[in-house]
Amino acid sequence: MARNQPRRAAPRRGVISILVGGVGEILLTLGVVLLLFVVWQLWWTNLEASNTQNSALKAISQDFKPATEGAKEPEAPKHPIEGKVWGVLYVPAFGDAFAKPIAQGVGMDVLDTVGVGHYPTTQMPGEVGNVGLAGHRQTHGQVFWDMDKLSEGDKAYIQTADGLYTYTYRSTQIVAPDRGDVLFPVPGDAAAKPTDKLLTLTTCHPPFTTDLRMVVHLEQTAFTPTGKAFPAEIRDLVKRTTGVGKD
Amino acid sequence: MYAWLFRHLPGPLWIRIIQTLLLLALVVLVLMNYVFPWASQYSPWTDSTVGASAPIPLTD
Repeated sequence: MARNQPRRAAPRRGVISILVGGVGEILLTLGVVLLLFVVWQLWWTNLEASNTQNSALKAISQDFKPATEGAKEPEAPKHPIEGKVWGVLYVPAFGDAFAKPIAQGVGMDVLDTVGVGHYPTTQMPGEVGNVGLAGHRQTHGQVFWDMDKLSEGDKAYIQTADGLYTYTYRSTQIVAPDRGDVLFPVPGDAAAKPTDKLLTLTTCHPPFTTDLRMVVHLEQTAFTPTGKAFPAEIRDLVKRTTGVGKD
Repeated sequence: MYAWLFRHLPGPLWIRIIQTLLLLALVVLVLMNYVFPWASQYSPWTDSTVGASAPIPLTD
């Protein structure tokens, strides 16, 4: 009778079975953690960056109060301190509502949070030479995801407290990461004397790698001081973003 | 490992399930806020700057 038989203990697992099971669990856990890391990098960092960018835009609109009328394009603006948000970048080719804060510096602390960073060794808008900006192609807001969409006839705008600088597309280059010369006042030529006011955007290429850099050069074609009517194609977005400009 | 942990949590089944979920949430939170940001400096996706030659400083 079953009742009289001693209760059978659960079969004891051998040492090897326990060990293999443990290693299996650790491997599974590592796999899940790696997957989670990819989710964090590709998705979560974008959410975080977008929050930071929105608050940076709100904060900077305070600095962009209209100046006294008749303001002229300043000759040599002061270079801001590292980490300071000093401008807003508008690129209609990147989307109708593309407006991102620009901060001084291209360290991870800037690029991973604010999004667009200004190479401190390059010029400021309005200066003769080259304004260099860096941004992520993907992750952390991926501000320059659509860099390859910029082409002939496209424009980009930088708004500072002084006004709105209009840049027109000139050329695209794909270069090795060590090609710092694309940021020279005259790109590629350290000895040349600059005459133009350029804007250079740099980002990773191809997407999801860091093998190369995509570099886009633009040339300043207009400046509208704060208080004057901004170009019609960007006026609404500027007004929505920083509250500056006439309706 | 996980079976051992689950067996050693106190309380009835539903309490233990809640504890497991809380532990899981804590682990994810620590990973997202501390471990991943630290690890991302070694990630291959996060350098978008140019420069090595003067006058551009190297970043990362």
